[in-house]
Amino acid sequence: MGRHSIAIGVNGQWMKAEVTALDTLLEVLRNRFGALDVKNGCGQGDCGVCTVLLDGVAVNSCLTLAVQADGREVTTLKGLGTPDDPHPLQESFLRHGAIQCGFCTSGMVLTAKALLDENPTPSREQIREGISGNLCRCTGYTKIVDAIEDVAGHPEGSGGRVR
Amino acid sequence: MTANDPRPDYSIIGKPMIRHDARDKVFGLTKYADDFIMHGALHAKVLRSQHPAARLLSVDTSVAEKMPGVHAVLTAKDVPCNETTSKFGQTHSAGGFEGLYRVLADGKVRYMGEAVALVAAETLEQAEHAVRAIRVDYEPLPGVFDPIEAMKPDAYRVGEEETNVVCTYKVRKGDADQAFGGADFVVENTYHVPFGDHAYLEPESGVAWIDEDGVITIRASTQVIEHFRDIAEIMKVPHNKVRVIAPMLGGGFGGKEDITVEAYLALLTNRTKRPVALTYTREESLLAHSKRHPYSMTYRTGATADGRLVAMEAELVSDAGGYVFLSPWVLLYSTVCATGPYKIPHVKVDSYAVLTNNTFTSAYRGFGAPQVCFAYELQMDELAAKLGLSPLEFRRRNYLHTGDETGTGHALQTAVRTEETAQQALAALGEPSRPRSSRERIGWGLASGMQSYGRLIYMHDSSRSFVGFELDGTVVVRCGVQDIGGGQASSLAQIAAEVLGVTMDDVTVYFGDTALTPLAGTTTATRQLYMSGNATLKAARAVRDELAEKAGEILGVSPERLELRDKTFHVLPAGEAGVSAAASGEDELQSGQLPLKDALKACASSGVPLGNLAQFNAPAREVGDVQNVQGQIFPDFTFGTHAAEVAVDVDTGQVQVLKFVASFDVGQAINRLSAEGQLEGGSVCGLGYALLEDLKLSGGKTLTSALDTYLVPTSMDSPDVVPIMIESGGGLGPFGAKGIGEPSSTSGAPAIVNAVADAIGIWITELPLTPERVLRALKAKEQGPGAPAGEHEGEVVQPAG
Repeated sequence: MGRHSIAIGVNGQWMKAEVTALDTLLEVLRNRFGALDVKNGCGQGDCGVCTVLLDGVAVNSCLTLAVQADGREVTTLKGLGTPDDPHPLQESFLRHGAIQCGFCTSGMVLTAKALLDENPTPSREQIREGISGNLCRCTGYTKIVDAIEDVAGHPEGSGGRVR
Repeated sequence: MTANDPRPDYSIIGKPMIRHDARDKVFGLTKYADDFIMHGALHAKVLRSQHPAARLLSVDTSVAEKMPGVHAVLTAKDVPCNETTSKFGQTHSAGGFEGLYRVLADGKVRYMGEAVALVAAETLEQAEHAVRAIRVDYEPLPGVFDPIEAMKPDAYRVGEEETNVVCTYKVRKGDADQAFGGADFVVENTYHVPFGDHAYLEPESGVAWIDEDGVITIRASTQVIEHFRDIAEIMKVPHNKVRVIAPMLGGGFGGKEDITVEAYLALLTNRTKRPVALTYTREESLLAHSKRHPYSMTYRTGATADGRLVAMEAELVSDAGGYVFLSPWVLLYSTVCATGPYKIPHVKVDSYAVLTNNTFTSAYRGFGAPQVCFAYELQMDELAAKLGLSPLEFRRRNYLHTGDETGTGHALQTAVRTEETAQQALAALGEPSRPRSSRERIGWGLASGMQSYGRLIYMHDSSRSFVGFELDGTVVVRCGVQDIGGGQASSLAQIAAEVLGVTMDDVTVYFGDTALTPLAGTTTATRQLYMSGNATLKAARAVRDELAEKAGEILGVSPERLELRDKTFHVLPAGEAGVSAAASGEDELQSGQLPLKDALKACASSGVPLGNLAQFNAPAREVGDVQNVQGQIFPDFTFGTHAAEVAVDVDTGQVQVLKFVASFDVGQAINRLSAEGQLEGGSVCGLGYALLEDLKLSGGKTLTSALDTYLVPTSMDSPDVVPIMIESGGGLGPFGAKGIGEPSSTSGAPAIVNAVADAIGIWITELPLTPERVLRALKAKEQGPGAPAGEHEGEVVQPAG
């Protein structure tokens, strides 16, 4: 199979790889670029665990071919914020106890980021709809919705307190 | 103090704390099983049977072995000990039953997806190609797929045993047969619940390598690191030559209680002497790992006209699938919990676990309790309707209280606050919602549950934990818990911090490593807070006491007068500390303080240990006849109630849960946020059971092999769950805590089904309540009695009158 030279901006750093036409963005991010904060939950686009932002838009990286990301910018959870410089969503997820096993967290936080970029003041129902492609098996979603709602309308963070 | 206020006398126990592991998780730093890359690792793939029942005539690996990149192709003949038993990972023999399973299929294939051969190759693609090149010659056999059929004497035999019946239990209390004669109202029904998949978002995964001194080391996503003994037996090596490490898990729910990838990895790394990695695909996870047991349950319950239960009779049949695994114990839990949180003088339960050629079934959150809770809670509502009592009032007249005997005759010694949980759950539903259209019917339902925390009492369960100070005043906990996402490690940090007067950030918990952390047993059976929480509490208190002794010497007061908080020993006035200063000749009003660091230095320089290894033993007793279930079987139970409001669309059959309340006596919340999270997540797990989750098999073949057909609740299916915690302080765990991991899910499904019955006047007796099933029930009701009800006889029950 033919090889393709691609370059992808991963959290601001441009990475190059030789890929086949069948390699998914998920495989390349995890196995070639060491972006292990991107998780693999089903590989079939059903669970949302592998969500990343591609030029700011949330995509299932398991359903995106690596060649489709050529020349584009990917944001993973690590690109959103760090312990020293956390994103308000990350702080809010912590504050609200919206994290249990944490396996959905990467995709969930990035989906929430894309949702708030599109609609900075979503209703609770709109938040539920916005994250409905991301499964969580531990929390029952209530605290995740709380965490996102807390940031909505307070994009600078330090929104509400823990209920 | 309201029920939801933290107790004022604790510094952090009972408060909403940010879990110590959450920080890594939210910044993408946690290294789950599949995130640990070993240099030079080979990739493994499993060849799985395409037949549910077949004779394995030959497995030809010769072509596969010669393929590029392939380092090993293993079949049953390569497994040193291929037949083993599924055990609980602790030392005391359970007696009664041992669950046979084979590492790799041999002779007879018993379910579709059973592992036949293993491959390790340089790349995953090469391993996949090699698996496809293995030639297996099967002679298909008829198989049997319905446990009721499989119980018949002339049924196809799944294994080599003379019968497909794995085990039977009975409970006899009073004389149920006769007691029904004294009942004014009797209800009888058969209930069906489906196969379920845990659907944790992290599929089964691990990596193995041979470490120094020839130790086979496996880092895998498991709820039970103590399978190291089983793996050693499979490998025929001494127990101390296998080490299992459990990193943070991406969910467990019982599905990682049995061995998943570990034995395969051990075999392949041992053969190749290279690190080997294996992660299941989602399809593989759905096809080949354990499932929740489907049950068929026939119940008969009688009550007097004044609303008192007099007798309950139940026959339970569970589908164990192709291998035994934990089926006998799951069935035992069902049998013990079969009569629920009710005082019933006459009880008769008979239960059966039966092998079939379906995917094997084993542990799943609730471990047999949710199945029976669905049945007995529908019986309660049906009886209440017959009696003309509200569901709450009828239950209120029959709830167990402290001192009462359960169905097996266990006189409850600890707090039983079920009634309070039910009252609060119902109250929290508030005002009834209005239908949003003429097609919509609104209904309310509730269900109470009873579920053990801690293991079977004759298992002699124990846990160990080490707690120690470092010289800089930070704390280390070493405890072999597996953290499956419920905050199992974090709660230990909180307990240690509470006792030792430091913050949670000052505590590091090393967990889940058979080489480095004292063994703490399984993260199953809602036992870790209870067991390892107590072990950690015991160890932390011992450390504090040693330090206080030294601090007292320095300060010139008895250690009882010292309080350790904010990293300082404070001298309390004798009266406040509850000691008599006069007796010891101390100054009654002396005050003073000593920084923790100074106490640590003084201890270190005078040879006083800064750490302590403690063991906590659960109450234990022997059971003479395991099958004749009598008396106390578990240390204690957690009681609680779910209440739900649903909207049913009578044109489409769609059920929407509008409100959902989980009200539980948690004993004492340790981390309020975590405890709420358990109640909320457990409830939505129950919602999935009620409305969505249905792992369908046909002739042993799984039809729902992806998450677009095996449906779990999304955020759109789930309402905001209202968690209510009653803190009786009456549990056996640390600070009076009870376990809530599994109980929080158990009564969720029947509450929803009872709410649907309230909305449309029909109790649907088979889960899940898909739109199709709801529509069929509505149609059957329209057509009146005698109309075909559904797939199973007696599926639809209409309230009398």
